[in-house]
Amino acid sequence: MNKLSPSGMIGLAMLAVFVIVGVLGPLIAPYDPSQIDLLHGFAPMGGEHWLGTDSNGADALSQLLWGAREALIFSLGVVSASALIGFTLGIVAGYFGGWIDELVMRIVDVLLAFPGLLLNIAIVAVVKRPGLGLVMAALIANGWVGYARVARGQVLALRERDFVLAARAVGASNRRIMRRHIAPNLLGPLLVQMSFSFGTVILVEATLSFLGLGPQIDYTWGAMLSQGRAFLGHAGFLHYALAPGFAIMWVVLAANLAGDGLRDRYDPQQRGR
Amino acid sequence: MSIGSFILRRLGSGAIAVLGASLLVFLFLHMVPGDPVDLLAGGDATPGQRKAIEECMGLDKPLATQFTDFLDHIADGSLGHQCPDPKNKPTVLGRVLYVMPNTVALTFAGMLVAFVLGIPLGILAAVRRGTWVDTAATTLSLAGLTMPLMLLAPVLLLVFFVHLGWAPGPTETGLAALVLPAFAIGVHLMAMLARMTRTSMVDVLGEDYIRTARAKGLSEGTVRYRHALRNSLLPVITVAGLQFGSLLSGALVVEQVFARPGLGTLLLDAINERNYPIVQGVVLVVAVIYMVVNMLVDLAYGLVDPRIRRA
Repeated sequence: MNKLSPSGMIGLAMLAVFVIVGVLGPLIAPYDPSQIDLLHGFAPMGGEHWLGTDSNGADALSQLLWGAREALIFSLGVVSASALIGFTLGIVAGYFGGWIDELVMRIVDVLLAFPGLLLNIAIVAVVKRPGLGLVMAALIANGWVGYARVARGQVLALRERDFVLAARAVGASNRRIMRRHIAPNLLGPLLVQMSFSFGTVILVEATLSFLGLGPQIDYTWGAMLSQGRAFLGHAGFLHYALAPGFAIMWVVLAANLAGDGLRDRYDPQQRGR
Repeated sequence: MSIGSFILRRLGSGAIAVLGASLLVFLFLHMVPGDPVDLLAGGDATPGQRKAIEECMGLDKPLATQFTDFLDHIADGSLGHQCPDPKNKPTVLGRVLYVMPNTVALTFAGMLVAFVLGIPLGILAAVRRGTWVDTAATTLSLAGLTMPLMLLAPVLLLVFFVHLGWAPGPTETGLAALVLPAFAIGVHLMAMLARMTRTSMVDVLGEDYIRTARAKGLSEGTVRYRHALRNSLLPVITVAGLQFGSLLSGALVVEQVFARPGLGTLLLDAINERNYPIVQGVVLVVAVIYMVVNMLVDLAYGLVDPRIRRA
């Protein structure tokens, strides 16, 4: 097994930082992020509030840390559910072929018929104040498609390989062949795809929140960006938009570096692409 | 397969996909009944007024009839009517077409920005591979890929409008007002094209026929730009076409930040007003545009690269 490239390692390390901040963030947040202190709104960076305060005087650093928790729960949930659904459907479709394959791929075609964000918005628009669960479901609704396509493509090649034919020859059930012989071979592509989609999910969630369609819960980076934009004309308030902006960039960059690194490792043919 | 049957097959499967997509959106939007009537009627509406609105929107009919009505509205080209007063208001298609040119102009300008800046950046990086130029170009495109539009667009506005005063502000119209939004929307694609151009060109420069071209004494410029570049750009153009959808998504954010009328603004306003016919109409129109663009890209690819046509 060849080693992960340095940039891939950096990406994984950056992802680890995100996970640690997401887990510990609310515990180390200096203030209650919802604590309103109207007399001290728009505070600059430094002093008691490291990243200043928002228009209501709530601490920006605390909001950022709580936002990290939200982003972590959201992205982990969406990525793992999409991966599970997509890979299962993709393996089954590729393995059995026939009408199952036809059905799954037609659904994939429908979901790819319009820009993903638009589908997410159409689902979220159903209710006035979407909760975390609905927004996650909206992203999972088309998030599994990429996984299904990757898995199906791999399985089509794998199912004719000798070790699969041998397993079938000794009488292994379809279920056992898929679980024991095919699924483990898909681990590499699975990790690559999951890594890339971490970045996408964070971006889409932030975009929805920015547009006022995100989960209506405590603090999201997208909502912070939205407030930062609304008060952009307010002198010295730029840092309030920059902080969540850089946080998003951090995760997206980490996901891309890690994804590139993992792909080079598992698929040397693609190296440098 | 001839070009004609290729187009027919693509149109057929595309139409099925768009129909499926609109059924999906229709079902989502009709899962919560009653809500749209409340917003249109206002709090102090009489039961009679409420009933009139419900009838006008067809919400009193069974779901299946509502969907066939929706299909009828697609067939007659109106995409639906606006209640409570359908006679004196433009049809849904009318409202969509009214703002569509703004979004089309924005996305095309964004694509222009991406091509004009992204491809030369990629060529530069490939030709000067391994030097500081390459590093700078690669870093720049990585920044463009990861920078969220929700940060980039407001910052551009702050710097070039508020502080420097070089660009016209939001809500203004005209060509000059298009520059900043177009740049904002194009940066992501620019970064992507730069990356792809670099990879593709590095690959092509390693091919045998490039060595042959050099061996027979052609100048480096001819080798690079006549032999290598043309073949490198094939995959780049395909990706650019397929990224059209991401530009449409970006238009949602950019139109919001720059307060520009367009499909994105129309969609978001309609969602806030619970104006379902408009939401449906915008989604449907975007799906059709998206499908047609994807088909044209496939077609163009086949025309440019003879190897694909034969396969």
